[in-house]
Amino acid sequence: MSAVTAEHVDHHDDHDHGPAKGLLRWVITTNHKDIGTLYLVFALAMFFVGGIMAMIIRAELFEPGLQFVQPQFFNSMTTMHALVMVFGAVMPAFVGLANWMIPMMIGAPDMALPRMNNMSFWLLVSGVLLLASTLFMEGGSPAAGWTLYPPLVLQTGNALPFAVFSVHLLGISSIMGAINIIATIFNMRAPGMTLMKMPLFVWTWLITGFLLIAIMPVFAGAVTMLLTDKFFGTSFFDAAGGGDPILYQHIFWFFGHPEVYVMILPTFGVASTIIPVFARKPLFGYSSMVYATASIAFLSFIVWAHHMFTVGMPVAGELYFMYATMLIAIPTGVKVFNWTATMWKGSLTFETPMLFSIAFVVLFTMGGFTGLMMSIAPSDFQYHDTYFIVAHFHYTLVPASVFILMAAGYYWLPKWTGHMYNEKIGQLHFWLSAVSVNILFFPQHFLGLAGMPRRIPDYAVQFADWNMISSIGGFIFGASQLLFLYIVIDTIRGGTGEKVTDEVWEDAHKHGLEWTLPSPPPYHTFTTPPTVIPTEHI
Amino acid sequence: MNKDTRQKNANLVRTLVLVALGMFGFGYALVPLYDVMCEVVFKKEKPGIPVAAEEVSYKVDKNREITVEFMTTVNKSAPMLFRSEIKKLKIHPGEYVTVNFYAENKTDKAMVAQAIPSISPGPAAEYFKKTECFCFTEQTFKAREGKTMPVRFVVNPEIPEQYKTITLAYTFFDNTETSVK
Repeated sequence: MSAVTAEHVDHHDDHDHGPAKGLLRWVITTNHKDIGTLYLVFALAMFFVGGIMAMIIRAELFEPGLQFVQPQFFNSMTTMHALVMVFGAVMPAFVGLANWMIPMMIGAPDMALPRMNNMSFWLLVSGVLLLASTLFMEGGSPAAGWTLYPPLVLQTGNALPFAVFSVHLLGISSIMGAINIIATIFNMRAPGMTLMKMPLFVWTWLITGFLLIAIMPVFAGAVTMLLTDKFFGTSFFDAAGGGDPILYQHIFWFFGHPEVYVMILPTFGVASTIIPVFARKPLFGYSSMVYATASIAFLSFIVWAHHMFTVGMPVAGELYFMYATMLIAIPTGVKVFNWTATMWKGSLTFETPMLFSIAFVVLFTMGGFTGLMMSIAPSDFQYHDTYFIVAHFHYTLVPASVFILMAAGYYWLPKWTGHMYNEKIGQLHFWLSAVSVNILFFPQHFLGLAGMPRRIPDYAVQFADWNMISSIGGFIFGASQLLFLYIVIDTIRGGTGEKVTDEVWEDAHKHGLEWTLPSPPPYHTFTTPPTVIPTEHI
Repeated sequence: MNKDTRQKNANLVRTLVLVALGMFGFGYALVPLYDVMCEVVFKKEKPGIPVAAEEVSYKVDKNREITVEFMTTVNKSAPMLFRSEIKKLKIHPGEYVTVNFYAENKTDKAMVAQAIPSISPGPAAEYFKKTECFCFTEQTFKAREGKTMPVRFVVNPEIPEQYKTITLAYTFFDNTETSVK
């Protein structure tokens, strides 16, 4: 029996076939590069879908009064924009990068569980389609923020069970993806690729994988409780039956806080990968980066109630969650220090990936500082549920996660396609994005401090000016992203026509195994493990 | 992929799937844990169906006055009329007061309803004692029946000076279908 299996496996490995022919290739593929591409293309498409929703929100808020949409639909838009961007764009984009890059970075022939890999992608698509279908249902799609708090969310019409099952599918997809990534990293590394030699992107994804496995089931449980409260007469969150809506907030944020780190930890990983290459220096403090990532992940589990300072917690609870939250600033500060120290006295060049990475370091730090402001419980009473929090988390997601995803796109596109992107248009895309993202989100700090509540379609006239400026920034930012779409398509179709080398960026092969492969890499790579492990990044 | 790696992958997947299932269970375990945490760590009872306080006689503090306001709400699902006979009154800490509330079933069917109280500001709640209240048990209404129901309460004179107004809010929920009775 065992002999037969081994023989079969060997035979399979020897038979170095290319991709299947035709469109069916993309449906049945188990190749990590194909699945990575599927994830990335899907995420880019969802980025534009979520972006259109954001444009609807900003158009409605351009002036006070109701112009374009009804309040109910406006609230659906804030909910759907958030869910699409989080579960459809940012998370899948990082899973796509993980699929493409992790096997190539650790010298593995493919992901550990290729069939499950295919299944997690198609479950993701089903989940997002199910979510999108709620837009066309009687009663509209959920309109209770991305947090889906009861009792408000229980007033959703026919869409509620669809939204809940969509969350289940997205959760199963994420958990399967996470298991796959962890198994790949633990069991598929090339000989000599010890844990402390892994590129930081791999490290951050390993930790993110554990976060996902720990939190997605909790979120699935919370929405299941919503479902049974609505349809099966349970009273988890219903005061009439002895339940408590505050309980939902605790369960949700037990998931929700680590969830925001699911989106930021791989961001840190990509930044730590790109900055050393363009600074032509090893990463400053490699092991402190690993430990900082692990401590951020650990702390993320014990700070959730800082999202709930105003629910009427006892003072002891407020103080505990306040101090625990402040602690996160320490490992995060270590990271920002290390990125800065990596650039210090480096031979910097400013290609588009580096520009996006530097903007990330600066703008993410600003988002981090507003987070620190809100961790102070007494001050949070002023900021809670205002545009200040909207500004805060958009600073940590848009010019941080999204910018780094752009940076990753520019950084690895030449490797993936074998073509060079148009650097001029790339830089134009960067400058338009970097300026407009600040026009878009910076005024929201002022609006929040002045008392403008979030998730409202209309507002008092004193907020009119900054809202108009914010909307103008939003339109410029939205339009600028079409440049990225153009560049991606253009690069796939040949780009500048310049033939890129294997290492693409100067001396990149010292930083990561992926740069020792041809550009574009063959369909199957590292079928025999690499012998030399680059160590410049550590 | 050799057989050894396959085996290692299978073992790891099994462990991680178990962890995921365990975390699903943990989400549900948070429900009782929440109650335990509220009581043990914060010495605060979960807001829910309250029980009667014992009638203790306090020394009435004639020098202080506290305004008590009454709010009545019916949950969306409860087809009821619900109001208090007075909107607010001034009391001295330590004196017992009875206020009547009126609730009416607006349907042609019998109904079981539960009122849930809420006191704000929150920290004042522990000084606000109810010795008699229609909220201690479920209330049964016949079709179209209206009832006048008393609430007897006292404010403990030890309440800190800063609390000058206390709001007592009740929400009636229709429990006809889910009632344990």
